[in-house]
Amino acid sequence: MARFERKPVTDIGIDETLKHVDEVKIKKAIDRVLKAEASARLKTFVQTCVRCGMCSGSCHHYISHDNDPTYAPAAKVKQTVWDMLDKDGNVSKEDIKKYARIAFTECNLCRRCVQFCPFGIDIAYLISLVRRICCLIGTVPQYIQDQALSHMQTTNMLWFRQDEWLDTVQWLEDELRAEIKNARIPLGKKDADVLYLAHGLEAKYMTGLLTNMAKIMNVAEIDWTMPDTDGWDYTNKAFYAQDYETMSMVVRRHYENAFNLGVKRIVMGECGHAFRTGIYEGVRFLGWKESPIPYIHGVQFFYELFMEGRIKIAKKIEEPVTVQDPCNIVRYRGMGDMIRYIIRQTCENFIDINPGYEYNYCCSAGGGMVDAGPPWKMARIEGGKVKADQIRDTGAKIVIAPCHTCHKGIEDLNDYYKLGVHVKFLTDVIAETMEIPEELRA
Amino acid sequence: MEQFLKDSSIYTLARGPLVWLAFIVFFTGMFYKITSMLKMAKTERVIYPYLSLKYTLRSLIHWLTPYGSISMRKHPWFTSITFIFHICAIVTPIFLAGHIELWHESWGVSWYELPVSVADSMTMVVISCIIILIVRRIFQSDVRFLSSSGDYIALTVVLMTFLTGFLAHNELLLEPRVMLTIHFITGEIMLMSIPFTRLSHMFFFWLTRAHTGSEFGAVRHSKDY
Repeated sequence: MARFERKPVTDIGIDETLKHVDEVKIKKAIDRVLKAEASARLKTFVQTCVRCGMCSGSCHHYISHDNDPTYAPAAKVKQTVWDMLDKDGNVSKEDIKKYARIAFTECNLCRRCVQFCPFGIDIAYLISLVRRICCLIGTVPQYIQDQALSHMQTTNMLWFRQDEWLDTVQWLEDELRAEIKNARIPLGKKDADVLYLAHGLEAKYMTGLLTNMAKIMNVAEIDWTMPDTDGWDYTNKAFYAQDYETMSMVVRRHYENAFNLGVKRIVMGECGHAFRTGIYEGVRFLGWKESPIPYIHGVQFFYELFMEGRIKIAKKIEEPVTVQDPCNIVRYRGMGDMIRYIIRQTCENFIDINPGYEYNYCCSAGGGMVDAGPPWKMARIEGGKVKADQIRDTGAKIVIAPCHTCHKGIEDLNDYYKLGVHVKFLTDVIAETMEIPEELRA
Repeated sequence: MEQFLKDSSIYTLARGPLVWLAFIVFFTGMFYKITSMLKMAKTERVIYPYLSLKYTLRSLIHWLTPYGSISMRKHPWFTSITFIFHICAIVTPIFLAGHIELWHESWGVSWYELPVSVADSMTMVVISCIIILIVRRIFQSDVRFLSSSGDYIALTVVLMTFLTGFLAHNELLLEPRVMLTIHFITGEIMLMSIPFTRLSHMFFFWLTRAHTGSEFGAVRHSKDY
């Protein structure tokens, strides 16, 4: 019989917290989630699962760990949710440590297993309940918790202050003017068509991406603005800990900004989890059935720009290119064809990935695994072996990953497994290949 | 024990009142389970508002068609075994001459009967499939890791029901009447346990697929098959 055997990893967010909680608090958290917050889905899924094992081979962690039974999707539920139900919440601190490890670092909530389950049991939902319990106890990987705290205070992930934000955008605008004549990055402009939200990192470490987006907006002559207040960062790291309260607060801020500015719609960049919270999780928690105004992903936005002929490509990329289908926008929103259309418009030599579209493997960094930080890096590298093999098999030199998490995840896989590829965002590819009209050139 | 089972009052009890009890428990249990689940589902905001008939049907059709889903295509042997098993396990008892005779005796109703040889071979198929499923459960490491005693018991109860029915009909191993009594009892245990064990996947299948099918199709513009 297989056993749960893992190399010890220290994460102060989990280990230190456990020193200060007792079994009473643990039981209280478990009861709250499993007996009060969760109801029909939990009960039905747990009772319906016939332990058939059809989900096992769908999981990249299971495959990447040479079919180790403890990594199978249903096995992760067995070792967490079923265990808590069997023990009626009377679990030890060691158990919590194990649950946290499984829920945060061995499942990306990618939902590929759901597609493979004959009953459509939402295994990712069950694992998210485990995360919720860990969140209520406080045993969340430190890096995720820190970002969630930042969201609570600033609504961005990096403890960025409002003045820093304004200042950053201003110097980015200045720099862009070296390339595009009279380029603008409007802030807090009323009644624009588009409210553009950026990824937190784009204001600090990846400013080039925001500049490229601004370049596209200027060339495509979009009537756009960004918020001049907090709530410009679309990321929502509290979601990873299933901290619904903070998550919905952040989503509410985005919509409030949109309503206050009177924009027609919100457009966000290339990110998966934020799109998911922006149109599903956060919106539903706030009581809307769907987003109250259109909330558009970068991929959808670019697709529109091409369809409307607002941007033209000057010279396509010639190197062989493949794609990473981000779970949150492909398996969760069917954007596979849009991504491929944009790639074909901008690249000469596109090699599709197999399996692709909604059956694609997760990058192994999603669902907060990359955000769990350095202590858990090897967990995602090991779990991503099948992803690395999949990319290597295409023979491509560039991987287009329209999601920040996929991007970082695949970059790390590339370094570790020596894939020899470059990972790019669509924003960068479009900015690099598009035609800049003569009159706009600085 | 054998003496006990030979007792004609036990035979009569198992053949008559206990059958009714089993049916009552099965139907009321199922009704209770489904209604309480549907009621509970109201407390979750993500179920009813998003249900879609179109995508529920899409999901059901794909999962009720052999090899209609990627998962089934990836597990060709297991798929064929489970399809054959489920079809035979459901069809055989309903269209078995001996069972219809009992219905006719009580309610005066009858319907199409399977030829005896066909019914016998279908029963053998069910028995063989269950044995394969048990062997798979023991030897396939991921399934073994997931399995607990309840999974083996459930399979054994179903196995015993079909096996004793087959043996009684063919007058093998034990005196037919004793075997029949065991058949009645195991069958009744099986029927009564359906709503309260994992055998309830029999009716929850339709509901979980409705939710997941709608969620994947209507909301996520993706596929759940």
